[in-house]
Amino acid sequence: MKPGLAFLLGLAAISCAYCVPVMAQSAEQGRALYESRCGACHSVDANRVGPAHQGVVGRKAGSAPGFEYSKALAGSQLVWTREKLLAWLAGPENVIPGQAMNYSLGDATERDDVVAYLATLTAKAARP
Amino acid sequence: MTSNIQLLSGSGVANLGDLTHSRRRFMSRTGGLSAVAVALLAGKDALAQGMQADMSKDVGILNVALGLEHEAINAYQLGAGSGLLQKPVLDIAVQFQGHHKSHRDALIATIQKMGGTPVMEKKLDEYAKALKADTLKNQADVLDLAARLELGATNAYLGVIPAFGSKDLAKVAARLAADETMHYTILTNALGRPLPAGALSFGA
Repeated sequence: MKPGLAFLLGLAAISCAYCVPVMAQSAEQGRALYESRCGACHSVDANRVGPAHQGVVGRKAGSAPGFEYSKALAGSQLVWTREKLLAWLAGPENVIPGQAMNYSLGDATERDDVVAYLATLTAKAARP
Repeated sequence: MTSNIQLLSGSGVANLGDLTHSRRRFMSRTGGLSAVAVALLAGKDALAQGMQADMSKDVGILNVALGLEHEAINAYQLGAGSGLLQKPVLDIAVQFQGHHKSHRDALIATIQKMGGTPVMEKKLDEYAKALKADTLKNQADVLDLAARLELGATNAYLGVIPAFGSKDLAKVAARLAADETMHYTILTNALGRPLPAGALSFGA
Protein backbone atom coordinates (compact mmCIF):
# COMPACT_ATOMS: atom_id res chain seq x y z
CA MET A 1 0.00 0.00 0.00
CA LYS A 2 1.29 3.39 -0.92
CA PRO A 3 2.17 5.61 2.05
CA GLY A 4 -0.23 8.32 0.91
CA LEU A 5 -3.16 5.91 0.63
CA ALA A 6 -2.36 4.36 3.99
CA PHE A 7 -2.34 7.83 5.52
CA LEU A 8 -5.74 8.65 4.02
CA LEU A 9 -7.25 5.35 5.15
CA GLY A 10 -5.89 5.91 8.63
CA LEU A 11 -7.32 9.41 8.68
CA ALA A 12 -10.69 8.08 7.56
CA ALA A 13 -10.65 5.46 10.30
CA ILE A 14 -9.87 8.07 12.92
CA SER A 15 -12.62 10.31 11.56
CA CYS A 16 -15.18 7.52 11.70
CA ALA A 17 -14.19 6.58 15.21
CA TYR A 18 -14.68 10.21 16.22
CA CYS A 19 -17.84 10.56 14.20
CA VAL A 20 -19.94 7.89 15.89
CA PRO A 21 -19.79 9.28 19.42
CA VAL A 22 -20.31 12.82 18.12
CA MET A 23 -23.43 11.71 16.27
CA ALA A 24 -24.67 9.89 19.36
CA GLN A 25 -24.05 12.97 21.46
CA SER A 26 -25.90 15.10 18.92
CA ALA A 27 -28.86 12.73 18.98
CA GLU A 28 -28.89 12.75 22.77
CA GLN A 29 -28.88 16.54 22.81
CA GLY A 30 -31.56 16.41 20.14
CA ARG A 31 -33.70 14.18 22.36
CA ALA A 32 -33.64 16.81 25.12
CA LEU A 33 -34.37 19.57 22.63
CA TYR A 34 -37.19 17.53 21.15
CA GLU A 35 -38.73 17.17 24.58
CA SER A 36 -38.59 20.89 25.38
CA ARG A 37 -39.12 22.46 21.96
CA CYS A 38 -41.28 19.97 20.09
CA GLY A 39 -42.96 18.18 22.98
CA ALA A 40 -45.85 20.60 23.29
CA CYS A 41 -47.31 19.25 20.08
CA HIS A 42 -45.45 16.08 19.19
CA SER A 43 -44.73 12.66 20.61
CA VAL A 44 -42.71 9.85 19.14
CA ASP A 45 -45.52 7.33 18.99
CA ALA A 46 -48.78 9.26 19.39
CA ASN A 47 -50.60 11.79 17.23
CA ARG A 48 -51.31 14.88 19.31
CA VAL A 49 -51.53 18.48 18.10
CA GLY A 50 -48.89 17.38 15.60
CA PRO A 51 -48.25 13.95 14.07
CA ALA A 52 -46.23 11.14 15.66
CA HIS A 53 -42.58 11.08 14.66
CA GLN A 54 -41.72 7.40 14.80
CA GLY A 55 -40.05 6.61 11.47
CA VAL A 56 -40.36 10.14 10.16
CA VAL A 57 -37.06 10.06 8.24
CA GLY A 58 -37.85 8.45 4.91
CA ARG A 59 -41.58 8.92 5.33
CA LYS A 60 -43.70 10.81 2.83
CA ALA A 61 -44.90 14.13 4.19
CA GLY A 62 -48.48 14.11 5.42
CA SER A 63 -48.65 10.34 5.80
CA ALA A 64 -48.56 9.59 9.54
CA PRO A 65 -51.46 7.16 10.02
CA GLY A 66 -54.51 8.67 11.67
CA PHE A 67 -53.33 12.27 11.72
CA GLU A 68 -55.46 14.99 10.11
CA TYR A 69 -53.05 17.16 8.15
CA SER A 70 -53.41 20.57 6.61
CA LYS A 71 -54.25 20.55 2.92
CA ALA A 72 -50.72 21.67 2.16
CA LEU A 73 -49.11 18.71 3.92
CA ALA A 74 -51.68 16.20 2.76
CA GLY A 75 -51.09 17.21 -0.84
CA SER A 76 -47.33 17.33 -0.67
CA GLN A 77 -45.19 14.78 -2.47
CA LEU A 78 -42.15 15.56 -0.34
CA VAL A 79 -40.29 12.76 1.39
CA TRP A 80 -38.66 13.58 4.73
CA THR A 81 -34.92 13.25 4.28
CA ARG A 82 -32.50 14.70 6.83
CA GLU A 83 -31.91 17.65 4.54
CA LYS A 84 -35.62 18.33 4.10
CA LEU A 85 -36.18 18.11 7.84
CA LEU A 86 -33.35 20.58 8.47
CA ALA A 87 -34.91 22.98 5.98
CA TRP A 88 -38.37 22.42 7.52
CA LEU A 89 -37.14 23.23 11.00
CA ALA A 90 -35.41 26.35 9.69
CA GLY A 91 -38.57 27.65 8.04
CA PRO A 92 -41.53 25.34 7.41
CA GLU A 93 -43.37 27.83 5.23
CA ASN A 94 -40.41 27.91 2.84
CA VAL A 95 -40.58 24.14 2.40
CA ILE A 96 -44.34 23.58 2.18
CA PRO A 97 -46.30 26.82 1.83
CA GLY A 98 -49.60 26.73 3.68
CA GLN A 99 -48.35 24.35 6.36
CA ALA A 100 -49.80 24.67 9.84
CA MET A 101 -46.75 24.30 12.10
CA ASN A 102 -45.28 27.78 11.81
CA TYR A 103 -42.65 26.95 14.42
CA SER A 104 -38.97 27.07 13.62
CA LEU A 105 -35.66 26.49 15.36
CA GLY A 106 -33.34 29.41 14.80
CA ASP A 107 -30.12 27.72 15.82
CA ALA A 108 -28.49 25.51 13.15
CA THR A 109 -26.78 23.31 15.74
CA GLU A 110 -30.09 22.70 17.47
CA ARG A 111 -31.67 21.77 14.14
CA ASP A 112 -28.82 19.32 13.50
CA ASP A 113 -29.31 17.79 16.93
CA VAL A 114 -33.08 17.44 16.60
CA VAL A 115 -32.79 15.86 13.16
CA ALA A 116 -30.05 13.53 14.46
CA TYR A 117 -32.52 12.44 17.12
CA LEU A 118 -35.40 12.07 14.66
CA ALA A 119 -33.16 9.84 12.56
CA THR A 120 -32.90 7.42 15.49
CA LEU A 121 -36.67 6.99 15.58
CA THR A 122 -36.84 4.01 13.31
CA ALA A 123 -39.88 1.77 13.42
CA LYS A 124 -38.41 -0.42 16.18
CA ALA A 125 -36.67 2.32 18.16
CA ALA A 126 -37.64 2.77 21.78
CA ARG A 127 -39.40 5.95 22.68
CA PRO A 128 -37.63 8.43 25.04
CA MET B 1 -44.74 13.70 47.97
CA THR B 2 -46.90 15.07 50.75
CA SER B 3 -49.58 17.70 50.65
CA ASN B 4 -47.24 20.06 52.45
CA ILE B 5 -44.94 20.61 49.50
CA GLN B 6 -42.32 23.25 50.05
CA LEU B 7 -41.61 25.59 47.20
CA LEU B 8 -38.34 27.39 46.75
CA SER B 9 -38.82 31.07 46.30
CA GLY B 10 -36.65 34.13 46.03
CA SER B 11 -36.94 34.81 49.72
CA GLY B 12 -36.49 31.26 50.85
CA VAL B 13 -39.23 28.68 51.11
CA ALA B 14 -42.93 29.16 50.50
CA ASN B 15 -45.80 26.78 51.04
CA LEU B 16 -48.19 25.84 48.27
CA GLY B 17 -51.07 26.75 50.54
CA ASP B 18 -49.69 30.27 50.89
CA LEU B 19 -49.35 30.41 47.15
CA THR B 20 -52.95 29.39 46.68
CA HIS B 21 -54.03 32.10 49.06
CA SER B 22 -51.98 34.78 47.33
CA ARG B 23 -53.35 33.71 43.95
CA ARG B 24 -56.88 33.95 45.27
CA ARG B 25 -56.16 37.48 46.39
CA PHE B 26 -54.70 38.26 42.98
CA MET B 27 -57.73 36.81 41.21
CA SER B 28 -60.11 38.71 43.44
CA ARG B 29 -58.30 41.94 42.65
CA THR B 30 -58.31 41.34 38.89
CA GLY B 31 -61.82 39.98 38.69
CA GLY B 32 -60.62 36.69 37.21
CA LEU B 33 -58.25 35.90 34.41
CA SER B 34 -60.97 34.70 32.10
CA ALA B 35 -62.56 38.11 31.75
CA VAL B 36 -59.16 39.71 31.36
CA ALA B 37 -58.04 37.27 28.73
CA VAL B 38 -61.25 37.41 26.77
CA ALA B 39 -61.14 41.18 26.77
CA LEU B 40 -57.54 40.99 25.72
CA LEU B 41 -58.21 38.79 22.75
CA ALA B 42 -61.81 39.14 21.76
CA GLY B 43 -62.71 42.63 22.84
CA LYS B 44 -60.53 44.41 20.36
CA ASP B 45 -62.37 45.07 17.17
CA ALA B 46 -59.20 46.59 15.82
CA LEU B 47 -57.58 43.21 16.08
CA ALA B 48 -59.49 41.97 13.08
CA GLN B 49 -58.66 45.00 11.01
CA GLY B 50 -55.71 45.63 8.76
CA MET B 51 -54.40 42.10 8.56
CA GLN B 52 -56.40 40.50 5.77
CA ALA B 53 -53.37 39.09 4.02
CA ASP B 54 -52.13 37.28 7.09
CA MET B 55 -55.47 36.49 8.67
CA SER B 56 -55.72 32.93 7.42
CA LYS B 57 -52.22 32.14 8.57
CA ASP B 58 -52.83 33.77 11.93
CA VAL B 59 -56.04 31.78 12.37
CA GLY B 60 -54.05 28.64 11.66
CA ILE B 61 -51.52 29.50 14.35
CA LEU B 62 -54.29 30.30 16.82
CA ASN B 63 -55.93 26.96 16.08
CA VAL B 64 -52.68 25.14 16.84
CA ALA B 65 -52.57 27.10 20.09
CA LEU B 66 -56.16 26.11 20.78
CA GLY B 67 -55.20 22.47 20.26
CA LEU B 68 -52.50 22.91 22.89
CA GLU B 69 -54.97 24.45 25.32
CA HIS B 70 -57.50 21.64 24.76
CA GLU B 71 -54.76 19.14 25.55
CA ALA B 72 -53.58 21.03 28.63
CA ILE B 73 -57.12 21.24 30.04
CA ASN B 74 -57.57 17.52 29.57
CA ALA B 75 -54.13 16.71 30.97
CA TYR B 76 -55.01 18.56 34.17
CA GLN B 77 -58.39 16.83 34.15
CA LEU B 78 -56.65 13.48 33.98
CA GLY B 79 -54.37 14.51 36.82
CA ALA B 80 -57.17 15.87 38.97
CA GLY B 81 -59.32 12.83 38.34
CA SER B 82 -56.54 10.34 38.94
CA GLY B 83 -56.77 10.51 42.71
CA LEU B 84 -52.99 10.94 42.76
CA LEU B 85 -52.95 14.65 43.58
CA GLN B 86 -53.23 15.73 47.18
CA LYS B 87 -54.29 19.11 48.48
CA PRO B 88 -53.01 21.78 48.05
CA VAL B 89 -51.34 20.50 44.89
CA LEU B 90 -54.76 19.53 43.59
CA ASP B 91 -56.01 23.09 44.11
CA ILE B 92 -53.08 24.48 42.14
CA ALA B 93 -53.66 21.99 39.32
CA VAL B 94 -57.32 22.99 39.13
CA GLN B 95 -56.33 26.64 39.14
CA PHE B 96 -53.86 26.10 36.31
CA GLN B 97 -56.55 24.21 34.42
CA GLY B 98 -58.74 27.27 34.89
CA HIS B 99 -56.07 29.42 33.28
CA HIS B 100 -55.99 27.10 30.31
CA LYS B 101 -59.78 27.23 30.06
CA SER B 102 -59.52 31.02 29.94
CA HIS B 103 -56.92 30.74 27.20
CA ARG B 104 -59.20 28.34 25.31
CA ASP B 105 -62.22 30.61 25.57
CA ALA B 106 -60.22 33.62 24.45
CA LEU B 107 -58.70 31.77 21.52
CA ILE B 108 -62.08 30.43 20.37
CA ALA B 109 -63.59 33.91 20.55
CA THR B 110 -60.70 35.36 18.56
CA ILE B 111 -60.71 32.65 15.91
CA GLN B 112 -64.44 33.12 15.42
CA LYS B 113 -64.05 36.88 15.32
CA MET B 114 -61.52 36.44 12.55
CA GLY B 115 -63.90 34.21 10.58
CA GLY B 116 -62.17 30.95 11.36
CA THR B 117 -63.46 27.66 12.70
CA PRO B 118 -62.04 26.67 16.08
CA VAL B 119 -60.53 23.21 16.26
CA MET B 120 -62.68 20.85 18.30
CA GLU B 121 -61.72 19.28 21.58
CA LYS B 122 -61.15 15.52 21.48
CA LYS B 123 -62.54 13.02 23.95
CA LEU B 124 -60.78 12.67 27.29
CA ASP B 125 -59.91 9.05 26.47
CA GLU B 126 -58.01 10.13 23.38
CA TYR B 127 -55.90 12.55 25.39
CA ALA B 128 -55.36 9.86 28.01
CA LYS B 129 -54.04 7.48 25.40
CA ALA B 130 -51.81 10.02 23.66
CA LEU B 131 -50.37 11.24 26.98
CA LYS B 132 -50.01 7.71 28.35
CA ALA B 133 -52.05 8.53 31.41
CA ASP B 134 -52.02 4.88 32.42
CA THR B 135 -48.32 5.24 33.26
CA LEU B 136 -48.99 7.89 35.94
CA LYS B 137 -48.46 6.16 39.28
CA ASN B 138 -48.05 8.96 41.80
CA GLN B 139 -48.25 12.71 42.28
CA ALA B 140 -44.74 13.31 41.00
CA ASP B 141 -45.58 11.54 37.73
CA VAL B 142 -48.56 13.84 37.23
CA LEU B 143 -46.52 16.93 38.02
CA ASP B 144 -43.75 15.77 35.68
CA LEU B 145 -46.21 15.38 32.81
CA ALA B 146 -47.71 18.77 33.54
CA ALA B 147 -44.27 20.39 33.73
CA ARG B 148 -43.22 18.88 30.40
CA LEU B 149 -46.40 20.09 28.72
CA GLU B 150 -46.09 23.57 30.23
CA LEU B 151 -42.46 23.88 29.13
CA GLY B 152 -43.39 22.74 25.66
CA ALA B 153 -46.24 25.21 25.52
CA THR B 154 -43.98 28.03 26.67
CA ASN B 155 -41.52 27.29 23.90
CA ALA B 156 -44.27 26.79 21.36
CA TYR B 157 -45.86 30.16 22.07
CA LEU B 158 -42.51 31.92 22.02
CA GLY B 159 -41.56 30.10 18.84
CA VAL B 160 -44.58 31.17 16.82
CA ILE B 161 -44.38 34.85 17.74
CA PRO B 162 -42.36 35.77 14.63
CA ALA B 163 -44.85 33.96 12.41
CA PHE B 164 -47.84 36.13 13.32
CA GLY B 165 -48.86 38.76 10.82
CA SER B 166 -50.55 40.75 13.57
CA LYS B 167 -48.38 42.34 16.22
CA ASP B 168 -51.37 42.31 18.56
CA LEU B 169 -51.60 38.54 18.26
CA ALA B 170 -47.84 38.20 18.67
CA LYS B 171 -48.16 40.08 21.94
CA VAL B 172 -50.99 37.78 23.00
CA ALA B 173 -48.76 34.77 22.28
CA ALA B 174 -46.10 36.31 24.52
CA ARG B 175 -48.63 36.79 27.30
CA LEU B 176 -49.83 33.21 26.95
CA ALA B 177 -46.19 32.10 27.12
CA ALA B 178 -45.80 34.06 30.34
CA ASP B 179 -48.70 32.14 31.91
CA GLU B 180 -47.21 28.82 30.80
CA THR B 181 -43.82 29.82 32.17
CA MET B 182 -45.41 30.61 35.51
CA HIS B 183 -47.03 27.18 35.54
CA TYR B 184 -43.78 25.47 34.58
CA THR B 185 -41.83 27.28 37.26
CA ILE B 186 -44.28 26.37 40.02
CA LEU B 187 -44.41 22.76 38.90
CA THR B 188 -40.63 22.56 38.69
CA ASN B 189 -40.33 23.83 42.23
CA ALA B 190 -43.01 21.46 43.45
CA LEU B 191 -40.97 18.62 41.98
CA GLY B 192 -37.90 19.86 43.86
CA ARG B 193 -36.01 20.47 40.66
CA PRO B 194 -33.55 23.32 40.16
CA LEU B 195 -34.53 26.37 38.20
CA PRO B 196 -32.83 26.88 34.83
CA ALA B 197 -29.16 27.60 35.47
CA GLY B 198 -28.77 30.21 32.76
CA ALA B 199 -30.69 33.14 31.41
CA LEU B 200 -32.69 32.98 28.18
CA SER B 201 -33.42 29.29 28.59
CA PHE B 202 -36.91 29.55 27.09
CA GLY B 203 -37.71 29.91 23.43
CA ALA B 204 -34.94 30.33 20.84
